[in-house]
Formats: sequence, C-alpha cells, structure tokens
Amino acid sequence: MAQSPPPLTAPLAAARLVITRDLMLAFRRPEQLLHPLAFFALVATLFALALGPERATLRLIAPGVLWVAALLAALLALEFLFRDDSQDGTLEQYALSGQSLTWLLLGKTAAHWVLTGVPLALMAPLMGYTLGVPAAASLGIMLTVALGSLALSFIGSIGAALTLGARRGGVLLSILILPLAAPILIFGSRATELAIRGESYLAPMELLGSIVVLSFTLAPLAAAAAVRISLE
Amino acid sequence: MSGCILSAQNLHLWRAERHVLRGLSLAVRGGELLQLTGANGAGKTTLLRALCGLNHLEEGQVFWNERDVREDREGFHASLVYLGHEPPLKADLSGLENLTFWAGLRRRVTRAAVLEALTRTGAGEFAQRAVRTLSAGQRRRVALAGLILAAVPLWLLDEPTTNLDSRGQELVAALLDAHLAAGGLAIAAVHHRLAIEPARVRELNLSA
Repeated sequence: MAQSPPPLTAPLAAARLVITRDLMLAFRRPEQLLHPLAFFALVATLFALALGPERATLRLIAPGVLWVAALLAALLALEFLFRDDSQDGTLEQYALSGQSLTWLLLGKTAAHWVLTGVPLALMAPLMGYTLGVPAAASLGIMLTVALGSLALSFIGSIGAALTLGARRGGVLLSILILPLAAPILIFGSRATELAIRGESYLAPMELLGSIVVLSFTLAPLAAAAAVRISLE
Repeated sequence: MSGCILSAQNLHLWRAERHVLRGLSLAVRGGELLQLTGANGAGKTTLLRALCGLNHLEEGQVFWNERDVREDREGFHASLVYLGHEPPLKADLSGLENLTFWAGLRRRVTRAAVLEALTRTGAGEFAQRAVRTLSAGQRRRVALAGLILAAVPLWLLDEPTTNLDSRGQELVAALLDAHLAAGGLAIAAVHHRLAIEPARVRELNLSA
C-alpha cells in the first residue's frame, strides 16, 4: 500500500459505468419502465375516443395531443430519476467517489433518457396512427419526440435534484419544470405538425437541438450543485 | 501513505437547529485509529459527515495533508472512503456487481480482485446472490469488502460493526489492524470499542 495509488478512472469512463449500471438495474425491474408508456398510451387514446372518429379533426390536433401526452409522461418519470439513489445512499457515495459529480449525473440522466425518452419516441408514431396521422410521418415524429425528451431529461434533472428533499416532490417538480419545458413543447409540436403535413421540419428541429445543447452543457452542473445541497 | 494526516480545527457543527459540537479540533496520523464515542445524538455521525465534506462547514476547517480540503475536494475524496449506517448496495444486483461498480468508479479492478476481497470478508459464498436475499449482517460483510477494494489511506466508518456477529466484529478489527499497519488512518464512530492494539487507538468522547 506504500506505493502511490493507481490513477483514478477517467470521468467519461465513470459516466459510462453509471449508464451501464442504471440500464442493468432497470432491466431487472422492467415494470417501472412501463408506467410512463402506459400513461402516454392512455392519454393519447382517450383524446381519440373523446373527440370522435372525425379523422380530419384528429389529425389537426394530433401534434398537440402527442406532445402534451409525451411531456406529461416524461415528467411523471422524472420524479424517479434520483429518488432511489438518494434513499439508498448512492448519491452520497457518488459525491464522495473522487469523481466529478457532474459527470456521474450526466451519465444517470443519459440512462434515464434511454429508458424513458427513447421508448416514448418509438411509441409516438403508434399513438399517431390512432389519431389519424399518416405512416409517412413516423420518422419525423420519432426524431422530434426523441430530441425533445432528451432536452426535457436534462432540464428535468435540475428539478429532480432540487426536489429531492421535498416530500411528494412530484407536483413541485412539475411546477418547477413546466415553464422551462414550454419552448420544448412549442418547437416540438411545431416540428411534428410540419412532419405530419409532409413539409420540412428542419427549422424547429434545429431550435430543439440548440435547447438540447444548452441543457446538456448546463443542467448537469446545476443538478450536481442541487444534489450536494440535498445531501446535507 | 504513512505520511498522511487528517486534521480539523475549531469545528462548530449543527444538526438541524441544535449546536452539537463547539470548537472541536482533532488530528489523526497514518497508522492511527480515532474512535469516536458518546451517547446517541452526541454528534458522531454529524462529525464524520462534516469531515468527509457531505455536510457544509459553517465554521472551522478540515485539512488533509496540511491542505484545506476545499482547495481540492475531489482529490481528497479520492483518498477516502466513507461507510455509513446503510451500505449503498442495490438490492437487485449481486454483491459482486455492486462492488465491481463502486471499485470501478475509482480505478480499474478485475473480477478476481473483487471476489478475493469478498472472500476476505467472508462474503465469498453469497457474492453472486442478489443483495435483496442477504441478511443485514451479510450485506455489511459485502460493504466491508468495498473498503479493501477502495485501497485508500483514509477510512471514515460509522458503526462498522452494526449487525455483525462476534466473528464479524473480529473481522472488522482485523481489517482495521491491517489498514493501520500499512500506514492508513481511520476514524470510526463506535458504541463498542474495537479490539485493536491499544497503542494505535485514541478515543474522542463527544459527550464529555
């Protein structure tokens, strides 16, 4: 033990370890993954049922319905982003691991997106069919929901970290995050609308992309600071 | 490692609104164990958490090798391991998977090294079982293997013998003995004094 300690694992490698572990944990308990998906499916089909079989009306409101349902489903899942890790002392050990907490939380948030955002994106075109959206728009819907949910995961990680100390933090989290999520909703539903009409949806996608870049660079820093406060 | 020293000066610590420790100073050198004793609520856990930086210090300073730990927080954390009341083990993973992750966050470890550490703490037999199926004492043994794998000079232990049978308590003492003999240092909050060579041990009673 007298020799100097071996070098620390690199930050990127540490983040990758966190992603692998969270994915492994999620697949040992797949039922948790299904909750947001079930919620998404429920809301989207309820709209179709409530508004009747008029395809033209349904197609008109489809982008809004898809996005509101996806947004709420993603918010529902965000509440659990850090909760288990906070309760069992994992976050505490992350903070003391000698690794940058920012990178570890970046890994956690990325894993969260893979587990909630990606399934929501894959499911969105299916929900689109029930609202009379043509199959040709599938790729566009998938891409916009994937990108939007990525931004939402990062922005939401700040809220999830800030509400760790609060009992029943779910409602508080929604109130905190929804104003920040409004641009995602606006650009996302616009992009989906253009995709459904068969026009180019590049412009709103680029705006969504810039939100992703901004939240990707800033949110993990803020989330790490908030987690440190919650540990006290 | 033997040159390591952890010291604290003039710590004032609060738990919620209560001022539990007033103007505490301490120093622990490589090869020494500081046992924190005192009644429940005396501030043992609060002190440990403040030393490792989980709790914000309102007043006072902590030094690692003569440098204020706030200057290089991650460097300090890379030299310590903190084991709290509840071992941070995921119930759905096996002890082996849990420890491979925690050790891997610090440095590259092989599966054989993890298994060897688990065997040393008597957790070899149930290393591959999901942690949810283990008893509290067995979980504690898995967590203790994490101390060996971390290979760091400073151990901060909160009630390390909780839930352990008498053989387990001997194991904790043996692990600490080996750690101290190698020049490491440790601070442990304890209710029952550990059976360790008295020359290496000092005691700090927080109730006094």
